[in-house]
Amino acid sequence: MTAESTGTKDRKYEGGVHEKSRELMSAWMGEVGRAEAEHRATAALMISGNCVELLRACHVLPLFPEVTALQAAIRHKSLPLIQRAEQAGYSSDNCAYVKADIGLYLDGGMGPGKPIPFPTVTVCNYVGCNVYVKWFEHLADVSGSKLFMLDVPFLRTTEPSEADVRYVVKQIEELIALLECVSGHKMDIDELREILAHSARAEDGYARCKHLCKRTPAPFDAYFDAINMMGPINVLRGTREAAEFFDDAVREFEDLATRGVGPLPEERFRTVVEGPPPYPYYKSFRNLFAKWGAVAVQSTYSTVGGIWEWGFRHDPRRPLESIAEQMLRENLTNRSIVARYQQIKRYVEEWNADALVIHSVKSCRLFSAGQGDMREYFTKELGVPTLLVESDLEDPRYYSEAQLKNRIDAFFESLEHKKLVASGGHR
Amino acid sequence: MTTETAALLEPRREVGVLSLGDAALRWKAEHPGGRAIACYPVYAPTEVIHAAGMLPMALLGGGTTVELTHADARFQSFVCSIAKSSLELGFQDLVRGVDGFVFSNICDVARNLSSVWARNFSDTFVEYLHLPQNSTSSESSQYLASELRRLASRFAEAFGAPVTDDALRRSIATWNAVRARIRALYALRIDSPEKLPITEFFVALRAATRTAPEESLLRLDALLDTASRRTERPRDRIRVVIEGAFCEQPPPGLLEILEESGCYVVEDDLFLGWRWFTDDVSTDGDPFERLAVAYLDRGVASSTRHEGRQHRSLGVIEKVRRARADAVVFLLPKFCEPALFDYVLIKQGLEREHVPQLVVEFEEKMWTFERTRNEIETFVESMLFD
Repeated sequence: MTAESTGTKDRKYEGGVHEKSRELMSAWMGEVGRAEAEHRATAALMISGNCVELLRACHVLPLFPEVTALQAAIRHKSLPLIQRAEQAGYSSDNCAYVKADIGLYLDGGMGPGKPIPFPTVTVCNYVGCNVYVKWFEHLADVSGSKLFMLDVPFLRTTEPSEADVRYVVKQIEELIALLECVSGHKMDIDELREILAHSARAEDGYARCKHLCKRTPAPFDAYFDAINMMGPINVLRGTREAAEFFDDAVREFEDLATRGVGPLPEERFRTVVEGPPPYPYYKSFRNLFAKWGAVAVQSTYSTVGGIWEWGFRHDPRRPLESIAEQMLRENLTNRSIVARYQQIKRYVEEWNADALVIHSVKSCRLFSAGQGDMREYFTKELGVPTLLVESDLEDPRYYSEAQLKNRIDAFFESLEHKKLVASGGHR
Repeated sequence: MTTETAALLEPRREVGVLSLGDAALRWKAEHPGGRAIACYPVYAPTEVIHAAGMLPMALLGGGTTVELTHADARFQSFVCSIAKSSLELGFQDLVRGVDGFVFSNICDVARNLSSVWARNFSDTFVEYLHLPQNSTSSESSQYLASELRRLASRFAEAFGAPVTDDALRRSIATWNAVRARIRALYALRIDSPEKLPITEFFVALRAATRTAPEESLLRLDALLDTASRRTERPRDRIRVVIEGAFCEQPPPGLLEILEESGCYVVEDDLFLGWRWFTDDVSTDGDPFERLAVAYLDRGVASSTRHEGRQHRSLGVIEKVRRARADAVVFLLPKFCEPALFDYVLIKQGLEREHVPQLVVEFEEKMWTFERTRNEIETFVESMLFD
């Protein structure tokens, strides 16, 4: 979204954070593209609650199939890949992220000599999402790579038990042995500590950026613009570049907040957004909210990789334990949907939001199954105006612009009316 | 149906048609002070529940008996039937009599349902188990043993029903016996499928998921005895393995169509949790650890458990060979992601082995089967007359 499209010349949406993020992510994609030629060991990893630091410390280049899939969607290239997978037997009811990834392989875009290499090892960080298990079983099957299942017990008590932590730490040790074997590099614990220090700095920066959205107006949209930070925090975490990226981001957003500049000419509504975005129609979807001056001041999707705003940081003094704790406890996907209600409740209260927007996506049941109950909770028990709309994060066939527009317009019209009445402006 | 068979089936049918709550109440009336715990019919630690003096019951959704009036507002249209109708049972008070629910990480929907259930019915006991997906870590069995101990301590805390090691060993022995009977019935069906139709077996298994194991033993023994003595003549049918209906069970009408259309079902994954272990669980040593090791090393192949040591299709191929089956019929519940994903890998494995296969999708509210009958008949004919 540009300022021009909203009829203002105050500020273009694409700021330094956006440009720098694109630059860093492109550099990583370049590395991925050269990995095979350079005989570098690679490992596929999932975004949610990941342990990318271990890969770095073992000199293994991380690949993220979710990023590949979302990039295909945002570039409007996902549908043929999804259809290719469906021809091979995948159901229309299966997660389209997986289908786009497997479709890429079937379509000849992944594998030896292709733009996306096969991973040397497939590391399934099973952090909540059961589809991750299936996805990586299938990826290991097509690529012939060894599959390591890093099983992270779901957070079913207030805190992970000692047995949970012991189980994850043991598996981390077993994973390190495997990664050392494929890369031929023995992990240096001091190097891991240094990597974790970079992680902690990036996490701190990301958290500070998100806290800046408590200001009015928020300096960026914590749903649509957060994607620019999600690459560096989830994919590039543990690098010096990612840490510096967040130092710069904090400076840029602090400056905007100080000057009272937000992503839209006027911030009329402050929302919290739940659920992943519809990547195939990212800008169109954003426009539906921008026209109402609705800015997301917090979002749950931005915490799939980790929840940093409550203070958790990777700890170089306790390297393996803090990696385990982050995977077990400090990310959205390994917590129950009802725990997510409490996360959202805090967002609504502390970020002073007017409403909750739930974008329910068919592909990701982890996110969506039960969001009707979430709506019940927020509307009926807390009295928070809540909009629930449905489409998909990857499959463009589930995006109905007219239907979405009707619902979004009706919701904000009603919200506007309520605001007017509350301010005494309505007679 | 003979008078003998009808008499044999009657008590099972009766248990089978009762709502989950009524079945629990009936059992509790006969066992004052007893409690009932429901769980999906995939793996559940029935031994631990039983050792706490409680009745483990399979949560099988509402089938065609319940109209969705509340659950549809909580779970979207793209969520499987069994999750929604299970929740509806709660909203319509049809699980009155069930004291608690134990969910586990069989899929994302069941996981979310667990906490949604706990929120909506806060006076009900709800526990969520995380069953290991890493079968090969040196810590997996210790982890699972501790998870089972945690469940036992939750029972003690909530119901004052402690699980002692001795009680658990006795429960393991009892459930070993139940599983052995079920294995014997499957062996009978593999040997002489005409003696025990799938529809009858389905009713018997369903009843076993709502009956105390001691009572199940008597009923399963009686069924084994009766069925063994039957003298039905084998018909000209193909032998099939059913795959995919491990959680949401197919409507009985669909199974009936399968047989009427010319199939003998010689293996399946129905009510999988009630025959999870492929042989007896050891009754010596630490019983929690014995259960954990059995789960990791002697569990059936399932879409809900990652088995890193063999390809997903191999478990089904092994079933096909062991049961001397001619084909696999995938009965896939609509929107069931584990079944739908596994279908692809299993299908590819079966193709490599030249095993014919047919896909039938179903929902628990499915009530007309004519199109399905056509599909199955065509498939059977293509095999019989090929």
